[in-house]
Amino acid sequence: MNPAQLPRSSFWNDTGKSGITAWIFSIDHKRIGLLYLFTTFSFFLVGVILGLLLRIELMAPGRTIMGAQTYNALFTVHGVVMIFLFILPGFPGAFGNLVMPIQIGARDVAFPRLNLLSWWLYVTGAAIVLTSLFTGGGPPDTGWTFYVPFSTRTVTNVTLAVFGVFVIGFSAILTGLNFVTTIHRLRAEGMTWGKLPLFVWSLYATAWVQILATPILAITLVLVMAERLLGTGLFDPGRGGDPLMYQHLFWIYSHPAVYIMILPAMGVISDIIPVFARKPVFGYKMIAFSSLAIAAAGSLVWGHHMFTSGMSDTAVLVFSFLTFIVAIPSAIKVFNWVATLYKGSISLEAPMLFALSFILLFSIGGLSGLILGAAATDVHVHDTHFVVGHFHYVMFGGTGFAFFGAMHYWLPKFYGRRYAEKPALVAWALMFTGFNILYFTMQVLGMQGMPRRYYDYLPEFSSLNLAATVGSWILAAGMVIMLVNLFRGLLKGEPAGNNPWGGATLEWTISSPPPTENFAAEPVVTHGPYDFSKTGAP
Amino acid sequence: MSNTEHHDYFGAKLGMWLFLFTELLLFGGLFLLYAVYFKRYPEEFAAGGRQLDWVLGTVNTLILLTSSLFAAMAVTAVQRSEQRRSMALIGGTVLCAAGFLVIKYVEWSAKISHGIYPGAERLKSGDPGESVFFGLYYLTTGLHGLHVLIGGILLVWIAVKVKNGAVTADNGILLENGALYWHLVDLIWIFIFPLYYLML
Repeated sequence: MNPAQLPRSSFWNDTGKSGITAWIFSIDHKRIGLLYLFTTFSFFLVGVILGLLLRIELMAPGRTIMGAQTYNALFTVHGVVMIFLFILPGFPGAFGNLVMPIQIGARDVAFPRLNLLSWWLYVTGAAIVLTSLFTGGGPPDTGWTFYVPFSTRTVTNVTLAVFGVFVIGFSAILTGLNFVTTIHRLRAEGMTWGKLPLFVWSLYATAWVQILATPILAITLVLVMAERLLGTGLFDPGRGGDPLMYQHLFWIYSHPAVYIMILPAMGVISDIIPVFARKPVFGYKMIAFSSLAIAAAGSLVWGHHMFTSGMSDTAVLVFSFLTFIVAIPSAIKVFNWVATLYKGSISLEAPMLFALSFILLFSIGGLSGLILGAAATDVHVHDTHFVVGHFHYVMFGGTGFAFFGAMHYWLPKFYGRRYAEKPALVAWALMFTGFNILYFTMQVLGMQGMPRRYYDYLPEFSSLNLAATVGSWILAAGMVIMLVNLFRGLLKGEPAGNNPWGGATLEWTISSPPPTENFAAEPVVTHGPYDFSKTGAP
Repeated sequence: MSNTEHHDYFGAKLGMWLFLFTELLLFGGLFLLYAVYFKRYPEEFAAGGRQLDWVLGTVNTLILLTSSLFAAMAVTAVQRSEQRRSMALIGGTVLCAAGFLVIKYVEWSAKISHGIYPGAERLKSGDPGESVFFGLYYLTTGLHGLHVLIGGILLVWIAVKVKNGAVTADNGILLENGALYWHLVDLIWIFIFPLYYLML
């Protein structure tokens, strides 16, 4: 390790502006990125606490710590907070903003003020969602999917919650169009499309999904509000409407949305693995292309959420087939990551451990997705805990672990200091163990027939539910260690130096933490993002 | 650094076009519902269309087309550095927008006085196809009317910028993007008009 020093000035202090207003009204992409990181991650922790409470309730049959209505509200709010307040805005907002402009050699995003507006819209929407929990008829109890007819009839505060999500949708659209424009217009000289880091490629695909899918969510939520406030009856079968149309509209957005959640995570993994295997990434073009392929094919598969809703058999067949097609680009990524590892000089530091566990957990999640994507098997496990396990393997084991990996990989760059390695490894081991105990058990429970979103269950499911709850405690313990270690290290740890991991992308060429203007002079890119022969190895 | 100045003309244009896509998709959800329900209730949709006033609809179409012409001329005027003419033309667009909304108001009040509005007893107890038709009619024209209102306010704000000299021949992107937005509002109406008023 080089005897590194912290630079005297950086984006933390070199504008001479400090205090809260210099942050919440800053148009610097790094400050906005950190704002996103702290707001979205705070909501993640809220979601974690709600999840832990749900697991305690399910620890034993019957009432454990809460009543049925509270349980319904908690799983709804857990879903809404995790999906709309953390995982959708989290990756593009936090790491997209922090890293992407630097990786393409730009001073900032294309529309810095719009970027700040995105964050403000996000915070406003989040505040509205939070308000909905404590006002009116109380927190919504519909599940995060807001399915009609229940969502149009329940007396809980669905209207306000839906409006909050609508506002957050605006924020996502603006981030998406900002990133697409940035990647098209602001690449430094020599930063051709073939030299873009794969994280940028994945954000590019994500941004397109944000642009093309989010408006459908917006209009769907407007329709739910109109049903509740005006009584238009467009989803009411008694008045000529069709509730199935709600499900179509909702999933036309919400299935592509899971690719908004997973694609940036795949990008991080594609960046981390070559650095810690000290080998150029295998199949760069195919990984980049598969991001676009996932975004495109993933937009055509929404019907697989509705196999048991009463679609025609033809529709079921077509959607099932298209769903299997998405597995191809996903598998391309997994095979290329594994091929990158082959004969690499692998160093098992914290970011790499998260990346490797991502491959395993995402594969389990993805393959269980195929069980759900095949119509014949889906009928048996639909709406069981198998679905809950599958979803959390992809979203938490996938995106969540990638998010943790990104925090360990990139935050030393932005704080200029390192966390301690050993506690990071202990935290990872605990989380990985707890995670699998928690969610693999859920998949088994689902196979045995335990439905999801039920308050109570049959006594024969008791022991596995107890195991899952214990798993959730191990997972939480690991998370506490990780956070304490991470933030203690970032505030007081050893200086990280410009390039602690020996990465070859542009963010490692500038000081840690970076100056406000990122690059003293506009960089000229001469080598690829994974060409390690050109970087000084640590 | 040069590439971060706020004069990236193509970047600003690209961003605006992407935004317009999202607007199209927003209305796309409503058009999708229209397509599905039209297939289910073709006769009720035709009957509903006959209840709408096609004369007022046609007048509103002409008003919006004229407003788009004014908006395009306002862009050309700024490119020729004729700021005053540009402001007058933007004023013409805004007047058209106001006229459109007034006519929409007249249409809506006539319908509401006949007991046709979302949640009305007549629609609740009447023909399901009619209920769906007018539910979609109110949502679609309402959302479109909101866009007319927002577009009008946007254009007034841009006219002030033209007056202050913030929009010039060299830097007219704000007006160009404003006009693009206005054309989109116009374009969406061009689809709404035949789908609802000309259903025979």
